[in-house]
Amino acid sequence: MQLISPSATETEVKSERPPASPARSRIRRASIILLFLLPSVILYTVLVVVPIIQAAYYSLFRWDGLEPLVNFVGLHNYLLAFSNPVFLETFAHNLLIVALSLCIELPFALLVSLVIGKKLPGGMIFRAIFFMPFVISEVIAGVIWQFIYRPDGGLLDAILQALNPHFQGGLWLADPRITLICIFVVIVWKYFGLYVVLYTAAIQNVPDEIVEAARVDGATGLQVTRYITIPLLGTTIRLSILLSVLGSLQIFDIIYVMTHGGPIHASEVFATYLITYGINAFAMGYGSAIGVVMFLTCFVFALMYQRFAMQRDVASSIAMQEA
Amino acid sequence: MYALVQQRRFAQRRIIQKSVPLIPRYIICVAVAIFVLVPMLVAILGGFRTNADLNSAPFALPNPWHFENFAGIVTQPVFWLSFWNSLVVTVATVVLLLAISCPAAFVFARMDFPGRQMVFNFLLIGFLFPFAMAILPLYIMLRGLGLLNTLQGVILTQVAFGVPATVLILRNFFWAIPRELEDATYIDGGTPVDFFWHVLLPLARPALAVIAMLTMVASWNNFLLPLLTLGDQSTWTLPLGIMQFQTEHLTDWAAIMAYITLCMIPAIIFYLLAERYLVSGLTTSGALRG
Repeated sequence: MQLISPSATETEVKSERPPASPARSRIRRASIILLFLLPSVILYTVLVVVPIIQAAYYSLFRWDGLEPLVNFVGLHNYLLAFSNPVFLETFAHNLLIVALSLCIELPFALLVSLVIGKKLPGGMIFRAIFFMPFVISEVIAGVIWQFIYRPDGGLLDAILQALNPHFQGGLWLADPRITLICIFVVIVWKYFGLYVVLYTAAIQNVPDEIVEAARVDGATGLQVTRYITIPLLGTTIRLSILLSVLGSLQIFDIIYVMTHGGPIHASEVFATYLITYGINAFAMGYGSAIGVVMFLTCFVFALMYQRFAMQRDVASSIAMQEA
Repeated sequence: MYALVQQRRFAQRRIIQKSVPLIPRYIICVAVAIFVLVPMLVAILGGFRTNADLNSAPFALPNPWHFENFAGIVTQPVFWLSFWNSLVVTVATVVLLLAISCPAAFVFARMDFPGRQMVFNFLLIGFLFPFAMAILPLYIMLRGLGLLNTLQGVILTQVAFGVPATVLILRNFFWAIPRELEDATYIDGGTPVDFFWHVLLPLARPALAVIAMLTMVASWNNFLLPLLTLGDQSTWTLPLGIMQFQTEHLTDWAAIMAYITLCMIPAIIFYLLAERYLVSGLTTSGALRG
């Protein structure tokens, strides 16, 4: 999967070198390649690839993690998962977070980036502020917002009560109907700064001449944004979609710290479900099956992204270099 | 004559378009900045108040400023222990990750060999693996290797999971180094290793700095991995300490606020110092090329 394509001049890798004895230089070259590649590839294979394959293997068993691995049940765990209403609810929650991120978080970040634009004085300071939540720990973010969402006496209640004296006070995180929304607000708070950084950088790259030309032709600011800026942001927007979807499918820390997936599974997502019903319940086979489902969902999406989004980017970048 | 009038009208319209939207833009920016900063300020200021203060008026400045919460935490060796553990893990992760990823990226970028693309794609698939899926087998494997309950286990795992992104970013960066520099090195009688060590790496400092920053942030805040592999409290990292503290002092919100402020401050200071590198790295590291 190529995320970026090399420019035409960079694709040839053979470079000039003074002649040496061919066999010796070949051996030396091979040993350099091996020596340079092996540490990372080995570490990655042992600690990333092998566990993933093992997880897929475990998913075919019924196993508690302690006794020997003998109880082969085939796809039973998967059937169990997909007939379990809690798991289906979990799946729906993940998809909901994905949808909310795509429809709310990304456009919000884009809007903020466009507002900052290219030349707003102090724009970079704002961007630095917006990015700050990204660097603090999810646990800390979860604790802070738990405090804000505290029923009777939390910050949010206090603010809303100050604005509207009749306000009763909400349950927020404890309310199964809105807890996911409350969590989503925290997700936006924490991560939108990343997308603002990406978008503002891309906006800086919009050539002034094109904007000037459009303005001379009588385009309004809005038209410039719509017909020039946003299309030129295409690659970045597609990248942010990829990051956002993969991140939404794998989200764990914030939700686990704030609600543990509750109340009554109202905020359960793949990762919290896996921990609660797989690992903590000693149902390792089942948990691994959930993990495989998680991976396949990411994989399907990555394939779709590669098919639709990246072909376009690679093709356009090749076209740009040939031009 | 009419052309001149038209030109002036366009110029006027352009000037008006540029100046009018400025104030609403600032209003929006300030509003969003408030949304971002208030929660953090709440935590920081909350540590300076007592629980009675917090309950009566959650949204007010400390008056008077209480320091007992902070004093109580700073004097607990457990806090400093977890701080130290986080520090060790983070620094080791960054150093090791760069040490093994730079050579690999160099080989992918500058040397051709059969199966190069395949191995590279193999590394890239790592992006799709949710960490949550690998936890259990990872736990078993670390146990088998004797790395459970050790900082080394956490370090090695973090490095392993960081390899795909790092190699990708570095490879793209190395692609951009001009061929002529490499040729010049060889003409001077240098080997590829010479080129790598004496030419490429110094030039790659910005990319290395950025990866270091991003990895530091991710490692410092990592929660799930330490949660599952570090059982012994003496090995706990900062995020685990927070969870523990919160469970112990369930309703002592003032103390909890003080604790997380102390945990937040290093990250924020580091961020403010390194901000432009973090930001520039995210953007120029190749995420936007093409």
